[in-house]
Amino acid sequence: MIASAFEYHKPDTVDGVVSLLSKWGDDARVIAGGHSLIPVMKQRMTDISHLIDLGGIAELKGISIDGDKINIGAMTTQHELIASEALAKAAPLIREASLQIADPQVRYLGTIGGNVANGDPANDMPGLMQTLDATYYLTGPGGSREVKARDFYEAAYFTAREDEEILTAISFAKPSGGFAYEKQKRKIGDYATAAAGVMITIEGGKCKAASVALTNLSDTPVYCAAAVDALVGSSLDDATIKTAVKAAVDASDPVADTRGPVDFKKHVAGVIVKKAITSAVARA
Amino acid sequence: MNESTPPKEERMAALSGLGTSRKRVEDARFTQGKGNYVDDMKMPGMLFGDFVRSPYAHARIKSINTEAALALPGVHAVLTAADLEPLGLHWMPTLAGDKQMVLADGKVLFQGQEVAYVVADDRYIADDGIQAVVVEYEELPVLVDPFKAELDDAPVLREDIADQSEGAHGPRRHPNHIFTWESGDRAATEAVLSEAEVVAEEMIYYHRTHPCPLETCGCVASMDKVNGKLTVWGTFQAPHAVRTVASLISGIAEHNIRIVSPDIGGGFGNKVGVYPGYICAIVASIVTGVPVKWVEDRMDNLMATAFARDYWMHGKISATKEGKITGLWCHTTADHGAFDACADPTKFPAGFMNICTGSYDIPTAYLAVDGIYTNKAPGGVAYRCSFRVTEAAYFIERMIEVLAIKLGMDAADLRVKNFIQKDQFPYQSALGWEYDSGDYHTAWSKALAAVDYEGLRAEQAERLAAFNRGETRKLIGIGLSHFTEIVGAGPVKNCDILGLGMFDSCEIRIHPTGSAIARLGTISQGQGHATTFAQILASEIGIPAEDITLEEGDTDTAPYGLGTYGSRSTPVAGAATAMAGRKIRAKAQMIAAYLLEVHDNDVEWDVDRFVVKGAPERFKTMKEIAFASYSQAIPGVEPGLEAVSYYDPPNMTYPFGAYICVMEIDTDTGTTEIRQFYALDDCGTRINPMIIEGQVHGGLTEALAIALGQEIAYDEQGNVTTGTLMDFFIPTAWETPNYQTDFTETPSPHHPIGAKGVGESPNVGGVPAFSNAVHDAFKSFGLTQSHMPHDHWRIWKIANSLGLHD
Repeated sequence: MIASAFEYHKPDTVDGVVSLLSKWGDDARVIAGGHSLIPVMKQRMTDISHLIDLGGIAELKGISIDGDKINIGAMTTQHELIASEALAKAAPLIREASLQIADPQVRYLGTIGGNVANGDPANDMPGLMQTLDATYYLTGPGGSREVKARDFYEAAYFTAREDEEILTAISFAKPSGGFAYEKQKRKIGDYATAAAGVMITIEGGKCKAASVALTNLSDTPVYCAAAVDALVGSSLDDATIKTAVKAAVDASDPVADTRGPVDFKKHVAGVIVKKAITSAVARA
Repeated sequence: MNESTPPKEERMAALSGLGTSRKRVEDARFTQGKGNYVDDMKMPGMLFGDFVRSPYAHARIKSINTEAALALPGVHAVLTAADLEPLGLHWMPTLAGDKQMVLADGKVLFQGQEVAYVVADDRYIADDGIQAVVVEYEELPVLVDPFKAELDDAPVLREDIADQSEGAHGPRRHPNHIFTWESGDRAATEAVLSEAEVVAEEMIYYHRTHPCPLETCGCVASMDKVNGKLTVWGTFQAPHAVRTVASLISGIAEHNIRIVSPDIGGGFGNKVGVYPGYICAIVASIVTGVPVKWVEDRMDNLMATAFARDYWMHGKISATKEGKITGLWCHTTADHGAFDACADPTKFPAGFMNICTGSYDIPTAYLAVDGIYTNKAPGGVAYRCSFRVTEAAYFIERMIEVLAIKLGMDAADLRVKNFIQKDQFPYQSALGWEYDSGDYHTAWSKALAAVDYEGLRAEQAERLAAFNRGETRKLIGIGLSHFTEIVGAGPVKNCDILGLGMFDSCEIRIHPTGSAIARLGTISQGQGHATTFAQILASEIGIPAEDITLEEGDTDTAPYGLGTYGSRSTPVAGAATAMAGRKIRAKAQMIAAYLLEVHDNDVEWDVDRFVVKGAPERFKTMKEIAFASYSQAIPGVEPGLEAVSYYDPPNMTYPFGAYICVMEIDTDTGTTEIRQFYALDDCGTRINPMIIEGQVHGGLTEALAIALGQEIAYDEQGNVTTGTLMDFFIPTAWETPNYQTDFTETPSPHHPIGAKGVGESPNVGGVPAFSNAVHDAFKSFGLTQSHMPHDHWRIWKIANSLGLHD
């Protein structure tokens, strides 16, 4: 459980990171909070010659709320997300979900950028970003570009990010209406057995807008378009919610692991999605 | 001559003796990070050794190439079985009479087995060296199911003993069979069962788990080539036994070996055995001439050092229609893994599993245990329990529930009907034990009243009705457990480990100014010995506990003892402490009488002094006596005030308790919530109530973990699937419920102060309470048995298989 030797770099600008990535290519990896990367390095499941620490780059940190748009720097920790009163007011869903990530010690180091960029389907933030319809900002040798969170994830640990790019920030529109992030886990510190993020807006007794996404129930986070279709325009009656829950479960594709077999996970997914929708409706 | 004497109560309080909730003296250094653990040790020139481990559960080793590793700068040596063989150290004896490979000798038998040992400047380079060792394996068929071990086409695991029809514990009927151990009267039991009015039968599995102490196993070995002395600092629960074993297998004279257990961060049985890491560090130190450290990482610990449990217990229990139990039959298939490395007294290959008649007066019983080899890690240690006692307690407490279902009786009533009566003690059990003392009915009544058992059952029935009406998805389970432990191994006449009798010891020196040092043959791993043993002494010799230093764990200074595990420290070393204290007092009495110019029999003990009978104003305090013993020539009395006691207990002690768990269970998600947990413990005389409470909290939390999720699981290829703390459940404060502790106090009649030991009771009694709660919740839907651990998906599976989902 000791990583092999590596060169450590700590640039202080994004350009500095990009030039290191361009120089070392496959031999280099960036490190944010390190919770995913360090364990695989220690188990020597990956061999990295150049480790680029993003911790020294001021421009990657911070939360800004500009009218209806919320911007969060990639190196903002989960603890900082929870601690920000402004963010809690603008997008309380972020605090609700962040409090369900691991434990306080992990959250002091774990960052939103690392959580979403790593492509681990077990992480909570990617699912949450589907719910929020967030946008990711990537910077590489060719400049910067934007990718929608819903287009970012291709398979477990495979994303739209190029090897020489880093994720610098995320942004999303200030959410409105009711919300919920529900998660079942075995214990503190565990990934989700099943988790769901839901947002619901009600106008005139009808569901005006909705968003439903799943965590750790497929090899990528799942945005449940069919569930959303079922909800929007409805009066959010029991039958509709049931249809939406079924659509969400149908969109899931979990694998068996130590948390349980597939039929169990699908059943729990249904329970969790229903809880999240019910809770979001109640808060809308 | 003497001025005022403070009141007796005041003087007793000043001692902080028996019954005082004295704060742990250890905690000041532990809570400040000032403990001194093995991995804290740094010595000049010290090297670090670590293992190449097998990725396969069963494979032949075709070759091991160490060239690339040896070529790395900073790598000093790479040991393989071929290097150890000339020393006769490529295999080592186990505590269970088997032998175990130190480094893979031709084949590997479990995933994580030690294959080669790389010695390097530091642990970083050692790990680089490990990666550079090239091992060529040829995979062999893997055996993970003990019930397939004796099939005709089963792979033979232990080729080294394949043709031996006799093992350490009698005949072997198959190369994968280790032993059959029997207790009780088989013919009589089967006759009772065949004629019984009611028989309940069930297979009860107590799954494989692991003690997983916070500190993993490790050591620093240092061979001083100048004086020929080997010193090993290590995580040893039995340092003296380790010294003797090390001497016997290495050939180094015992006086030239010093074993030191520094602070130990939890043991729970994991640190009783001898591991290849110790042997390799010693050999490496001899080879290199400098100290060598070995410390496991967490994955090594979970994968390779001793597991616990893994007992398949097939039970039959018979009773009259009225619920009077007439007989108990049990056949256990014990999965021992690749080597039989159980840490049990030599004559008990299945430990004290024959305490499985529990708290009940069962006239006829029979137990057989078959030990089986599989491609899993060796071990079978007593994880916070006396040897296999938690398996026994789980078995009988499940069988009682199964019988209650069969009889249609309330399980609490069935227990009451069959408890051993208070006046039956000392009680001879059908499987050969003499229970020393108990008062089960009183404890049980107190427990039922404390939780309002009738009220709980009524609430449970209401909830069930609401569930059936579709108003809730949650059920209530009420888990009952009345356990009897057997601890304090043990009498030398039938308890030994590798031939060493299981006595224990205490040596006391009173200093001239009236403070003292006591040394014991045990070693604390968190139990708080320095606090509690000083309290025993304070009450015995009238010196305040805070003036008594306790030392353990250094074989050069401490008296010989068999160590700390199986809740034996208080029953055995605690008794030795009291007895040594009494020797001190006897000598002090002579000194006091001399100083007071009366006959020995004319003074009597009064808390902290000897007083002339009938003349309370004439006395000598222990402080005065201590000084006199060093300063005055007393005719017929040697100078100084010291004593040593080696205590061979006449019997085991039998702590017991009544635990009740109230659990909320979500049938849709399989999640559980402990609403209430009541734990009444009777550990005899209570030395330190606060430490008892702490022990109960800790043991219950381990029990919770075991019952609700903690396991060492293997897939079909023998891969460990729960090798990290992500999957191996260790509860945090978040998962830990509130516990309500209580007690009765039934002293042991044979222990000098009546104490029985408590550290392991909550693990032993807690597991059935948690597990029975889960079973109880689903009882009305027809569930009789579902194996642990009751994690979310397995509870969901119960509900699903009972048709409780749409």
